[in-house]
Amino acid sequence: MANITKSPWIIHYDGSSCNGCDIEVLACLTPLYDIERFGIINTGNPKHADIFLITGGINYQNVDIVKNTYEQMVDPKVVVAVGICATSGGVFRECYNIMGGVNEVIPVDVYVPGCAVRPEAIIDGVVQALGILEEKRAQLEKEQGGAKK
Amino acid sequence: MINPFIGAILFVILAPLLGGLVAGIDRKVTAHMQGRVGPPVLQPFYDILKLFEKESVVVRPEINFYIFCYLVFLVITGAIFYAGEDILLVIFALTLAHVFLVIAAFASSSPYAHVGAERELLMMMAVEPMLILAAAGMYMTTGSFFVSDIIDHQSMGGGLLVLSIPLLFIGIVYILTIKLRKSPFDISTSHHAHQELVKGLTTEFAGPTLGMYEIAHLYETVFLLGFVWLFFAGAPLLGIVVVAVVYFLEILIDNTNTRAKWQFALRSAWLVALVTGIINLGALVVL
Repeated sequence: MANITKSPWIIHYDGSSCNGCDIEVLACLTPLYDIERFGIINTGNPKHADIFLITGGINYQNVDIVKNTYEQMVDPKVVVAVGICATSGGVFRECYNIMGGVNEVIPVDVYVPGCAVRPEAIIDGVVQALGILEEKRAQLEKEQGGAKK
Repeated sequence: MINPFIGAILFVILAPLLGGLVAGIDRKVTAHMQGRVGPPVLQPFYDILKLFEKESVVVRPEINFYIFCYLVFLVITGAIFYAGEDILLVIFALTLAHVFLVIAAFASSSPYAHVGAERELLMMMAVEPMLILAAAGMYMTTGSFFVSDIIDHQSMGGGLLVLSIPLLFIGIVYILTIKLRKSPFDISTSHHAHQELVKGLTTEFAGPTLGMYEIAHLYETVFLLGFVWLFFAGAPLLGIVVVAVVYFLEILIDNTNTRAKWQFALRSAWLVALVTGIINLGALVVL
């Protein structure tokens, strides 16, 4: 029972990214990288998604959106911080409006550094996230099984 | 004709498997058309099994009930059809199933789902006249609304149905694009990675609820392809070839067209129904 690793659906959110990493995320969908080979679909809907890809740091305007999107996602779910800004704030770290990396507001499972991050690295990060996703699913099943008893 | 129960039971058991394979081949062909490798053919099964591994989260618990009704009535629709019963009853059961889907979307109080549900209602309005006219054409040709009689009439030397109602067949192929939720008519919700109104009327369905919706769509696909096959029921193998060609054309249209506005979808579907219906039924009456 590991169907979740065969069909991970992604939601991509652009924080205060410079768009460099976003273009690389979208490059993963193109014929050259074609992440649909792994059953990955880029959904626009948090309720359908299993993996939350965030690019760019978190600022005071998008913090609520990131939290809300994360909360709307259905368990089991994982968060992948894509690019150095999402990982730690990057070059914008000291800016007055930047709170820092994604882990300042929601728990992050996989960090993919790079500026801009390469599509291969994104795919690698997502594949690592799949392992964590499977662990979370097993954990959830255990908890639910325990609750029923 | 074989025992009607066998047809119905075979449909209930085999339709999700067949529908899943059709959907998988669809995604593979779509990917190749776009120069990609594409997912495995079994991907739709992985997707649905995954959805049942997810936590069940619904805005209101009754949404699960409505979606379950949607699934059940689609199964009934196909079961009546493949049992060889009354085709009008089939069309009404299909409508009832979609009414439950619309209610489920309305119950979620999400603006995206609401707009999706309203568009689904419009698409039901667009499709209905053509289905009824097709049923009327079948009756005028074969003298019966029963699917089994329509098949018998063709195999007992009545000639292929498509030869007497060719325009209605074209009309049915036209509305098939709406029913299969393919571009340019994937207005209320869409397949693959396409996004419209977030995800249209399925926006608020998550986990097992979405899984039920997906299974229902597999049943619907197999039922619709059966409806297309009915026009060629006198030559079953030719019918299967035609169904495959029609589905391939749907994929081609899906990949070469952008999404239309709902006004165009509604008007064009009614225009096609009106033109094909009046000419074809008129010809049947006069000749």
